[in-house]
Amino acid sequence: MSSAIDNKYVIFMLNKEYYGIPIDNVISIEKMLKATRIPNGPNYLKGVINLRGEVIPLIDLRQKLNMSIKEIDKNTRIIVVNNEDIVAGLIVDSSSEVIEIDEESIDEVPSSENINLSYINGIGKTKDRLIILLELSKVLEN
Amino acid sequence: MDLDINQYINIFVEESKEHLQSLNDVLLELEKNPSNLEYINEIFRVAHTLKGMSGTMGFTNMANLTHDMENVLQAIRNNEVEVSDEIIDLLFECFDALDTSVNHIIDHGSEGSTSNKDLIQKLNKLLSKEKNNKNNYSQRHTMELEHHLVEVLNKAAQEGLSAYKIDILLKETCMLKAARAFIVFNTLETFGEIVYSNPPVEDIEDEKFDLTFSIMLITSSIEAELLDSLNQISEIEKIEITLLDDSIDIIEINDVEPNTDKDFSEFHKEDTKNEKETHSNVGKIGKTVRVDIDRLDNLMNLVSELIIIKTRMDDLSGKATGENMTEAIEYLERITTSLHDAVMKVRMVPIERVFNRFPRLVRDLSKELGKEIDLQMSGEETEVDRTVIDEIGDPLIHLIRNSIDHGIELPKDRIKIGKPERGNLILKSYPDGNNVVIEVEDDGKGIDYKKIVRKALEKGLLTEKEAENLSIEESINLLFLPGFSTAEKVSDLSGRGVGLDVVKSKIESINGSVEVESVEDKGTKFIIRIPLTLAIIQALLIKLSDEIYAIPLSSVTEIVNISSSDIRDVQGQEIALYRGKTIPVLRLKALLEIPEDDVDEDLVVVVVNKGEKQAGLIVDSLIGQQEIVIKSLGKYLAGIKYISGATILGNGNISLILDVNSLI
Repeated sequence: MSSAIDNKYVIFMLNKEYYGIPIDNVISIEKMLKATRIPNGPNYLKGVINLRGEVIPLIDLRQKLNMSIKEIDKNTRIIVVNNEDIVAGLIVDSSSEVIEIDEESIDEVPSSENINLSYINGIGKTKDRLIILLELSKVLEN
Repeated sequence: MDLDINQYINIFVEESKEHLQSLNDVLLELEKNPSNLEYINEIFRVAHTLKGMSGTMGFTNMANLTHDMENVLQAIRNNEVEVSDEIIDLLFECFDALDTSVNHIIDHGSEGSTSNKDLIQKLNKLLSKEKNNKNNYSQRHTMELEHHLVEVLNKAAQEGLSAYKIDILLKETCMLKAARAFIVFNTLETFGEIVYSNPPVEDIEDEKFDLTFSIMLITSSIEAELLDSLNQISEIEKIEITLLDDSIDIIEINDVEPNTDKDFSEFHKEDTKNEKETHSNVGKIGKTVRVDIDRLDNLMNLVSELIIIKTRMDDLSGKATGENMTEAIEYLERITTSLHDAVMKVRMVPIERVFNRFPRLVRDLSKELGKEIDLQMSGEETEVDRTVIDEIGDPLIHLIRNSIDHGIELPKDRIKIGKPERGNLILKSYPDGNNVVIEVEDDGKGIDYKKIVRKALEKGLLTEKEAENLSIEESINLLFLPGFSTAEKVSDLSGRGVGLDVVKSKIESINGSVEVESVEDKGTKFIIRIPLTLAIIQALLIKLSDEIYAIPLSSVTEIVNISSSDIRDVQGQEIALYRGKTIPVLRLKALLEIPEDDVDEDLVVVVVNKGEKQAGLIVDSLIGQQEIVIKSLGKYLAGIKYISGATILGNGNISLILDVNSLI
């Protein structure tokens, strides 16, 4: 795999923190779309959306990561991701940029913390901020 | 070079499969009618083509095998060898070996390591056995010529010129056959006049020939001179020059079509036939559907119309007056509907694609079991969606095996009960509305329903009490229960641990159904009903609060009004009386987590069925019947209860499709 793509991450905000997903896994970033409710689904499943003719499940990332619920506003975005053939939309507070994070600047997740860290793949450090890199396979686990 | 070969491998596989299919067909015909040399010619032609193709691709094992097949066939053609059962079996074995090679090529890109030594030895043995008494019966010393050619020859003789017949065999690796042939023609024309060629020049130019062609040349030169110049042309395997003089008997024929030409015209016929059969390829190398060009043209035209009307709508949206807009939208709707139909047709393939492997299957099985069975197939041209095609092969094979193994009796048993010695297996397919029906019918001994009930009891699939109340039909349907198999002796055919339940679940997984009709000593008929396509179904749209759901129409029996007070609660299950039967009533809103507001006294109930079982679904209101395109919910939502898929409504909203099977 080419390293140029390897090190690029789509950055988004969630509960005032920065998060990142490898750009390779991101299909597109959409404004909030009307979703159809899926009955008997988990609480973080916000339904399905019609994305250019494809039916895609919508996951509220805040709820999935056990954060407080936030109203949808004009900054709310859906990041459509694809990981191991699972395509889903993740609802995030906002998203605006793609940045490059060198492998050397990524720290492993500190272990033996009491909070659930399995969603986190690593912490990326840039000049001015810390970016939590998500483990998509965990996020897309039902 | 490797890269080039890879480019052609798909074509090679497709074409080989087609040739093998026709080889299979002809072999079956030949078996019925061994004295017909036409079939031998046909087989020879296929073997020869396969030899050329595989040689070009570097699949030497295939090439070697077909080469030796050719030798045997040639011997038959020359009356040196008689067609016997042994030969036909051997040819079938060769076919299997070739088929295996092609499949190996599909899976691995190479033909595998089996060199078919056994087969080649057998083939050669056959030849040497028969050939001992007849010596090299070399070239035919007679020639059949058309009238005008005979005149030309006579005239040439008068003028002291010689006539030669020159047979050219090109190398199998020759890529540009037409060009090579052209060089041969040019070279020969420097010596004299070409009066005749087989195949005709036009066909040679179009490369419509195998590796051989022959030319008749009138010239003053001698054979050696011709040979010298021809030898300088590369990619020629063999040159044979025959001087047409008194030593050769020339038979004059007035037939419009010279005999030598006949092989070729047959080849043509076969070609067009093959085109019809083009759909006979399922390969792992990319799933392709070869499509009639007319259908694609139609699709293209519709799309262009769609673009035009779209532009028109764009224009109108600015200065829209109501009427124009409606008109345009109606038109748009009509076009999209036709477009949709056209696209669906592109995906349709004839059921022949599944059926064409059955003659061989029936032949092998009946031979193995010592039964005599005639297979009759009809409706092979019935078209279904290719996704369906891929699913019905195995269930059908299973049913056919069943009929041959359990249904049709041994010849002696048939005679005993006054039936004709030969059993009949009828495979029929026909469209029926939005469904395709496939029937597998035999005139065997039928299903012994008492035996089935007994077996089911033994296996603990039902209780004595249940058994008492079973109708004949219900008894027969026990066959479809998981874990049921009536085969008393585990045979190669049915002892595979799969029963009819697998057939049933497979067919049901594509929204189809299986029924069975059976009369003792008369026969059994399995009736499979499958939807034309999996992608589009008729559905009933219903409303629950403000949500819209779709129920596949195929599982809707009826819509009835039931009054609230008619619903009874029996041990936590609500039931209602429907046509003299009590059926469970399900409150969809509760099942789908929709808050229930005031309950009306009059309830709209959609009665749905899953096989024999029925249930009533309480809905708020009906929207109507509509054709919907099924969209998968994807891997992530695979486990969601009560929902089988989704569809996109006209306004772009998503509506979920209820999974009736899981509701009942």
